[in-house]
Amino acid sequence: MSPDFLLTQLLNGIQFGLLLFLMAAGLTLVFGIMSFINLAHGSLYMVGAYVAATTYVHTESFSLAVVASVAGLFVLALVLDRLAFAALQQRDHLQQVLATFGVVIFANEAVRMVFGNAPVYLDAPAALSQPVSILGFNYSAYRLMIIAAGLLVALALHLLIDRTRAGMLIRAGASNRKMVSALGVNIGWLNSFIFALGAALAGLAGAIAGPILSVQAGMGEPVLILTLVVIVIGGIGSVRGAFFGALTVGVIDTLGRGVMPTILNALLDPSIAGAVGPALASAGVYVLMAAVLAFKPDGLFPVRYT
Amino acid sequence: MSALPTSGGALPALRRWHAAPYLVTALVIAGVSVPLYAGMTGDSYLVAIMSRILVYALAAVGLNLCLGFGGMISMGHAMYLGLGAYIVPVAADLGVTNGWLQLLLLVLAVGPIAGVVGAISLRTRGIAFIMITLAFAQMFFFLCVSFKRYGGDEGISLQQLSDFGVQGSGKTGLYYALLATLIVVIAASDRLKRSRFGLVLQAARINERRVGALGTNPLPYQLLAYVLSALVCAIAGFFLANLTGFVSPASLAWTVSGELIVMVVLGGLGTVMGPLVGALSFLLVEEGLKALTEHWLVILGPLIVLMALLLRRGLWGLVAGREGGDAR
Repeated sequence: MSPDFLLTQLLNGIQFGLLLFLMAAGLTLVFGIMSFINLAHGSLYMVGAYVAATTYVHTESFSLAVVASVAGLFVLALVLDRLAFAALQQRDHLQQVLATFGVVIFANEAVRMVFGNAPVYLDAPAALSQPVSILGFNYSAYRLMIIAAGLLVALALHLLIDRTRAGMLIRAGASNRKMVSALGVNIGWLNSFIFALGAALAGLAGAIAGPILSVQAGMGEPVLILTLVVIVIGGIGSVRGAFFGALTVGVIDTLGRGVMPTILNALLDPSIAGAVGPALASAGVYVLMAAVLAFKPDGLFPVRYT
Repeated sequence: MSALPTSGGALPALRRWHAAPYLVTALVIAGVSVPLYAGMTGDSYLVAIMSRILVYALAAVGLNLCLGFGGMISMGHAMYLGLGAYIVPVAADLGVTNGWLQLLLLVLAVGPIAGVVGAISLRTRGIAFIMITLAFAQMFFFLCVSFKRYGGDEGISLQQLSDFGVQGSGKTGLYYALLATLIVVIAASDRLKRSRFGLVLQAARINERRVGALGTNPLPYQLLAYVLSALVCAIAGFFLANLTGFVSPASLAWTVSGELIVMVVLGGLGTVMGPLVGALSFLLVEEGLKALTEHWLVILGPLIVLMALLLRRGLWGLVAGREGGDAR
């Protein structure tokens, strides 16, 4: 195993982690502040990817595709919130799970009807299609762009949440939404804004994931479930927790798949390693989650003090 | 029956409303007569679809112990359905083909797994519990996908079905065994609901803190309910594998967990007969929509949304009224 290979795997892990962060940051706020369990967040991601792919086909501009996806999802979320989700927030968790489960089923099949079963391809922009060389080490320029974008969003969210008045309300809402409402803040507007912000980030994630993952119906759910793991590890409602949780999950998942088989091959009989390796690699993230919960049931960065 | 306390009879809650026992009797007669009818007309598809309905009804009755009585929203019970199914090829691989021994193996394997998963998951409540049960189910889904020996993500046809030592009974015998199991489990869940165990469980659903304040720690009750419900689901999976002669990770998919919840809620959350009614109506609607259009999921999705928003007490709740003065 060469150092270059390890470094590539590590960077891939960070890149995947930051993609998960884009999903988790919005969803953890929706869970934490609105106390709304939204299984359809993966569908927003899928819709984002399709909006980007469709825009790209018509304009051949990747930046326009990203902008269309982010803006489109922001607006779509505001509409969805008005139509149905605001009413759902008043219901109990079981009804939210069922209703958003119904939305997921609908969205996947609707996409299949419109775009067919075959994956849609979205090309990375030409400027980023060649690998870049850093001190003699080659790495995909596009993936570096994802890392940069993820870090930028993390910084922007940090500034929004820790430095602005809206952010103060978000933090207050995460720890006790009833009290915030009682102090005269229009929690309905705050909810709509957070929901739309989360959807826009999911749209961004879908758009930039397009060129490295296949855009197809049902693409949202594997990402959604890893996002849930991130949120549980990080602590519901904590953007900081989502950031560190996402990086941990991304790196462990990627290294588990990329590096673990090699290590196991060296330690075990190849036939056993071949059978156990993939199983351990795919289960690694969940073992981590179980371990975190066994010691810290509220996650690594708990915010809710009720 | 007179040995039972209070009003007597296995299903006193149903007796209160006089149509309910007739409905139950009609369901049992319909269940018994399906293979007879199929035998006369040679329509084997009917037995296959009814077996599927009974399997999911059994799993839904299991889930109801945890979700309905205990209020624990598990989004991961498909995992136990799948584990129960995978017991059949794994046990056959180990040289165990006797059905009873396989069932013993199932209890010995799934019981502790459910115990550990339940114990970790029950450290949390609310949204976190939903997400953790979902994540654990995904973990077992990927485990099954990665075991190439049992067909990986494509699944595997069973070389050897469970052997219960009954000659030439085939699918019909299995169907009756399944029907009998379902009736026994439903009767047991009725007993359980009215037992001290069931009362503590339901009280904890309504107000966990108050149960604690009254001097009973609800956690062991919730954990036991979780494990019991997992075992019932696993037995349903065991039947599923034997009925279809096939196991695949698809039976552990998270959508199956969602569908099981839909069945329980559609039938009537926390009612004894609800899960059966829910599974029956859900799968019949599914069959109807499949016959209607290839893109039936586009219709099913919004139907689930409507059900979640409008049907608060479930179909059985509409028919039978408030079962035993239940609080919800």
